[in-house]
Amino acid sequence: MSTYSDPPSGSFQLSMLINDTRYRSYTFQFVALLLLVLGMAYLGWNLVQNLAAAGLNISYQFLGEPAGYDINQTLIPYTSQSSHWQASMVGVLNTLLVAFLGCIMATIIGVAVGVLRLSNNWIVRQLMSIYVEIFRNVPVLVWILIIMAIFIAVLPQPRDFRGDDAEASMFLNAFAFTGRGFYSPAPIFGPGSGVVVAVFLASIAGIFALRNYATKALYQRGQLIPTLWPSIALFFIPAILAFYIMGRPIGLEYPELRGFNFQGGVFMRNSLIALWFALSIYTAAFIAENVRAGILAVSKGQTEAAASLGMRPNRIMNLVVLPQALRVIIPPLISQYLNLTKNSSLAIAVGYMDLTGTLGGITLNQTGRAIECIVLLMLFYLTISLVISALMNVYNNAVKLKER
Amino acid sequence: MKKLAILGAMTAAGLTAGAASAATLDDVKARGTLNCGVTTGLVGFAAPNANGEWEGFDVGVCRAVAAAVLGDPTAVEFVPTTGKTRFTALASGEIDLLARNTTWTFSRDVDLKFEFVGINYYDGQGFMVPKELGVSSAKELDGATVCIQTGTTTELNLADFFRANNISYEPVPIETNAEAQPLYLEGACDVYTTDASGLAATRAAFENPGDHVVLPEIISKEPLGPLVRHGDNDWADINRWVLNALIAAEELGVTSANVEELASAPGDNPEINRLLGTEGTLGEMLGLDADWAKRAIMAGGNYGELFEKNIGENTPIGLARGLNAQWTEGGLLYSPPFR
Repeated sequence: MSTYSDPPSGSFQLSMLINDTRYRSYTFQFVALLLLVLGMAYLGWNLVQNLAAAGLNISYQFLGEPAGYDINQTLIPYTSQSSHWQASMVGVLNTLLVAFLGCIMATIIGVAVGVLRLSNNWIVRQLMSIYVEIFRNVPVLVWILIIMAIFIAVLPQPRDFRGDDAEASMFLNAFAFTGRGFYSPAPIFGPGSGVVVAVFLASIAGIFALRNYATKALYQRGQLIPTLWPSIALFFIPAILAFYIMGRPIGLEYPELRGFNFQGGVFMRNSLIALWFALSIYTAAFIAENVRAGILAVSKGQTEAAASLGMRPNRIMNLVVLPQALRVIIPPLISQYLNLTKNSSLAIAVGYMDLTGTLGGITLNQTGRAIECIVLLMLFYLTISLVISALMNVYNNAVKLKER
Repeated sequence: MKKLAILGAMTAAGLTAGAASAATLDDVKARGTLNCGVTTGLVGFAAPNANGEWEGFDVGVCRAVAAAVLGDPTAVEFVPTTGKTRFTALASGEIDLLARNTTWTFSRDVDLKFEFVGINYYDGQGFMVPKELGVSSAKELDGATVCIQTGTTTELNLADFFRANNISYEPVPIETNAEAQPLYLEGACDVYTTDASGLAATRAAFENPGDHVVLPEIISKEPLGPLVRHGDNDWADINRWVLNALIAAEELGVTSANVEELASAPGDNPEINRLLGTEGTLGEMLGLDADWAKRAIMAGGNYGELFEKNIGENTPIGLARGLNAQWTEGGLLYSPPFR
């Protein structure tokens, strides 16, 4: 026999929405949801009404109109006659550029500092903790301004390069380090240069293939194939041979002082360098702490076991500790990359024309479309952040501990 | 973060817009102070002096309005605004009046929904370069690095000028005048461009003003004036006629020295009488008392006195009256009649 009894099968009554525990929570949740929706609708309606009353109609037509202003650093073609949308795109690319450069440099510095903070050398350890504490605890805007100010004050300006007994001179006659930025020679690709570039790319692919092959050979057959010198040879020799065979098609354009500025060559603006550097060293301090935490999270037994197998400290770090530490390091690293990207919106402090400077700055001012610009700006940053987050999550899945 | 704050302010402004646009005069009277938007610091136009008190040509307008409306020229809360924040500050109701050498343009007046109440300085955009560069005309600036304040009409004028003359330049955008000075002096830019009056004021603040020259080209018309929000015509009228009163006072020979005497009893000149309230009811029409113009003039003097005291030829800024002389002396200043 069964003691199981069916719930009373009476017809559904409205009072059961309150009295019956099966429905009560749904009732309350539904009421709460309804109130929330009504509340939001009221606020939204109020906003629309009052904006309309104040004569502020939401319109994105301005995006198609000519921007009318110039931007110094443009990665895509842009003139003052281009549209505001094009100006926003220039800003997006500038944001992505500084974020990309910054993330790479912050990672390099951060990992190095993080590892060195655990060094056995007392001085190195203390120096690294001083670095971390100083850079982590001063606002990044201050660092941006300090670095820019030092940059402008210390380095010579183009005017110092002028004249016969100039105060400053170019490095190797090819590089100019000025307070306005760095100038370096730019390659000029003549006819036939495509072959050289192709050969160079092919030899890079060759280096990767060789290293893959060597790893496989080591793991499968226990055979040790030297990779260092063949890699270096592969890197240089085919490209140089192709360069001379094709009759030296690639030349260099040297920067030279003409008029007010250096002309020609590659120009890296002081604003980009200062912003890049400041964001990197600031974020690197946080990354260093993440790295240190990740390494400390790997049990000491692992290190000792590896040491007892006769591995050298470098190899222990590279082959045993870091691979396990990465799964602890990467999730907070994603946050640091996102922080760096968002902190790049301080760029206007040094006159770097990022997304905030173009769409959220000059476009906003010249059109007076504050709400539209800010909403669009938020959407752009949201998209960029989510994309970075997604990419890093893919990487995290690739390196995280595989549980089988 | 700053942007979010602005959006928040805009939303708040949207929510309270109905109330704020009703009667600015009542709000100001209830508050007891006038919130006046000025620059973050441009010597001669608006800058705090050694005692921390704001003074300058634009500050004079704020004080005159405060004197006319509240009876106290010091009842002003000065809100420093940048080229970027000024319009949001005014639109959101944070300030009642923006007296911050702002160029009167069509789109600002019509599209941004502001009301320019007049012109207190006729200006034009110019260039300043170090003398050692040996530049004598703006057309020789091909390839130069130009420091420029963002969020102003100057960057549009600059783009147009260089495009029209088919020469190239490298813009260095800067937020405030104060940030531009070290960049220009260190040589991070070859040229500094802004309104000619601003250039003169900036140059006056340099250690060696003589090492820098302002080029002769004026590449734009920049009529600068105070402005208020659209939608409160009474408040706009008060500001417009306070400014006109200062200009008319100079034309009629009413100064801060003799205004007390002239206002004590009706004199021979009926327009002076109407201006100073000894005849007619002009003050009442504005919603103020009869002495409004007298107090405005006493606050800092008439237009000519304000000019001479803050930016005139005897000050470090040393601007000539030029276009800003009375119409009777070949300038453009012309107040509508007080009747």
